[in-house]
Amino acid sequence: MAQPKRILVACGTAIATSTVVARAIEEALQARGIPVTTRQCKATEVASLVQGMDLVVTTTPVPSNLGLPVIQTLAFLTGIGREAVIEQIIKALNL
Amino acid sequence: MTSKLLNFLVPEAIMLGLNASSAADVIQNLSDRLLLAGYVRDTFAAAALAREQEIPTGLPLSGNINAAIPHTDIEHVIKPGVGMATLTEPVVFHNMISPEENVDVRLVFILALEQPKSQIEMLQEVASVLQNPELVTSLMNAHNLAEVSEALNSL
Repeated sequence: MAQPKRILVACGTAIATSTVVARAIEEALQARGIPVTTRQCKATEVASLVQGMDLVVTTTPVPSNLGLPVIQTLAFLTGIGREAVIEQIIKALNL
Repeated sequence: MTSKLLNFLVPEAIMLGLNASSAADVIQNLSDRLLLAGYVRDTFAAAALAREQEIPTGLPLSGNINAAIPHTDIEHVIKPGVGMATLTEPVVFHNMISPEENVDVRLVFILALEQPKSQIEMLQEVASVLQNPELVTSLMNAHNLAEVSEALNSL
């Protein structure tokens, strides 16, 4: 069986926003039968934590040239464009 | 579905129809209320203000009211809770996702979080309110705590 895809979820402080986003991504993908694991971090930590990750989802700006796909979105907080972003995540994970 | 946000709102830190001059003014007012209610330390306001400057929390919503969710590091917090302000006139926050962009905000939830990566239910309740334009409108029209409760229980 394939390893679950790993998603790094970043926000400003890794306290509030990324908690909501990480849980929402897990639930949305699990509902589609896609197992994922998430790890939360601050935007400033992203560059040092991308090793072994498949995707970065962030609510605040992060450095470019991380060497893996980055999706910047507020959809899991505001609901705007949520389904489109879930599709974008699935596509970015090559599923 | 009844919103559980009521379980987390700090009644002393609900400011309805606040006439605020700036985002900083709102954050200071709400922080003062949380301090008096014993939820945060006296360092919270300055930390939340500094954090907002560096990493803003303005969120454009799908309805005509936009929101912000100021918060800061856990060492400034005593116990978890949410303060809320509805503003008579919008104040300018900056967009979380693109900080150079202004967001005119009339609904502010200030978050007192005392554990990293936890209080998930509290945060989800705030997010679910933000995703519901009718509920946001009801909250904006609330004049007292009873009407806030009614709005949150009406769904």
